[in-house]
Amino acid sequence: MRAYVVKRLLLLVPTLLGISMVSFAIIHLIPGDLVTVLLGITASQNEQNREAIIQALHLDRPLAVQYLHWLGAVLRGNLGRSLVHGAPVAQEIARAYPVTVQLTVMSMVTATLLGIPLGVFSVTGRGRGLEAVIRVGSLLFISAPAFFLGTVLIVLGARYAPGITTLGYVSFFAAPWRSIGQMLPAALALGAAISAILLRYTRASMLEVLSADYVRTARAKGLAERRVALRHALANALIPVIAASGIQFVALIGGAVIVEEVFALPGIGRLVVNAIYQRDYTVIQGAILFLTANAVLINLVIDLLYRYVDPRISYG
Amino acid sequence: MARSATALGRWPAGDTAVRSTRWRGLLRNWSVSVGGGLVVVLAVVGLLTPVLTVRSPTALHPGEELRPPTVDFPFGTDELGRDVASRVLNGARTSLFAAVSSVSLAAATGVPLGVAIGLAGGLVDLLAMRAFDILFAFPAILLAIAIVAALGPSLRNLVLTITLLTMPQFAVMARGVTLAARPMDYVQAAVALGASMRRIAFTHVLPNVVPPLIVTATLNLSIVILVEAGLSFLGLGTQPPAPTLGGMISRGRQYMTIAPWLVVFPGLAIMVAVLGFNLLGDGLREVLDPKLRQGGGR
Repeated sequence: MRAYVVKRLLLLVPTLLGISMVSFAIIHLIPGDLVTVLLGITASQNEQNREAIIQALHLDRPLAVQYLHWLGAVLRGNLGRSLVHGAPVAQEIARAYPVTVQLTVMSMVTATLLGIPLGVFSVTGRGRGLEAVIRVGSLLFISAPAFFLGTVLIVLGARYAPGITTLGYVSFFAAPWRSIGQMLPAALALGAAISAILLRYTRASMLEVLSADYVRTARAKGLAERRVALRHALANALIPVIAASGIQFVALIGGAVIVEEVFALPGIGRLVVNAIYQRDYTVIQGAILFLTANAVLINLVIDLLYRYVDPRISYG
Repeated sequence: MARSATALGRWPAGDTAVRSTRWRGLLRNWSVSVGGGLVVVLAVVGLLTPVLTVRSPTALHPGEELRPPTVDFPFGTDELGRDVASRVLNGARTSLFAAVSSVSLAAATGVPLGVAIGLAGGLVDLLAMRAFDILFAFPAILLAIAIVAALGPSLRNLVLTITLLTMPQFAVMARGVTLAARPMDYVQAAVALGASMRRIAFTHVLPNVVPPLIVTATLNLSIVILVEAGLSFLGLGTQPPAPTLGGMISRGRQYMTIAPWLVVFPGLAIMVAVLGFNLLGDGLREVLDPKLRQGGGR
């Protein structure tokens, strides 16, 4: 296990370097003369600012040198300054990060609380009608874009529960319950597709485990069906579901970008979307680097946890 | 996705007996028939949009603003008095066009690349796989947003970006199939007979790619439609006044309480398209990949 952890940590270095190269390259995809384009964004067309931009981004040096300068700064926690208002990008990200963390965690929790029990129920439940409803419902949720579900939730909320605020953000540390309540619709919109995916994984995994020998043994020794399903089958069926949820986390971080925009949540996604409208490329670059590195680290942690939980997995 | 694509790597040799049971299985499979039906309807509607729509999607009808659905305007009208039905059909057509063209381009570039990587092996294989892993690490929609924002929003840049992001999946899938085929007797026999790499790639390896290619392409179409909808929601797709499904939902949000049809119809159109390709892809995978059958895919 320890050798495996070391190997994964070492592999992290080239992966993060690659991610930094892609993030760095994005700004150089802009067609036309980069300095002129960037000057246009800062809306200050004089020679002094031209020099300042060239200096700040080392645009007079070869591309490789520019990258190394940028990477050196990034490693020291400096993601550059916003082209539009000059604030440090790292500071903007740090301010928005707690909102995105709260949204993704709440979505994952919602998805798990809905998906896994419904997945178990779709196998053990008696009524075939209800089972069909769960399966059709899960298909619809997988197919609906989060921004569409979110819009529908906001409107339903406005029509049938006008007292409830669904837009905007209240700090978790200022008012935890209000903060959670207000973000719940956003978490539902973002988590719906993932809950449906987890439901399908749970269902497939349960069906497989329920035909295993140890489940037959548990039934043979006369245990109640409920106990067999929950204690013997579910405990084993959940292992692949945990692995699947790790992969879903990356998708969740991507989806948060649009859902934050829909629900007016001041997270990193909204930061990116506003930066797109203002063509604030340094903010886009910093945010994509930060979010992707984040996703890679979370994926690694979940992968290690999963291998820790299930000793049968080989460490190849 | 990367993992599932590699899992599809080994496929049974397709002799005629297997093939005919596959075809019978296809029609009996619930997912394939429902999903396939939806996709056929989408294709017909997409092709016949100019015939089916009486009004232009951009024509303004003064005095008819925000009309609810009627016989005259089956999906109602928007805040500028434009025909929502015509906009939904034309938006869906653009969305399907973007999805089909980017997935086809991705398959056309990714499959040869993957076969070449698999046949080359060694350091080429190692480096290419690491590079793909890095691309897979990015949340797809986030990278797409950043690239389209840098290139400038347009349908062409959107298609190019989605092609670039989807291509590695086809390459990884084709590489897996190639690696599985290499030790096979028929490939080794061809090598022993002195066949060129090109001949081995085209006549011995490529036919194995076809079944997983169909599954990968169909499932990716549903993902790509969602990504396209998300990007056009943010204004990064086809530019106004041309209609996009995502753009209609984005604009319609402000009128949603008084005119829900502005959001509901484009939303349903996206769902139908994604559902169709999802069901078809899932069903095809169940029928074409015998390993999934004992597991009970759904």
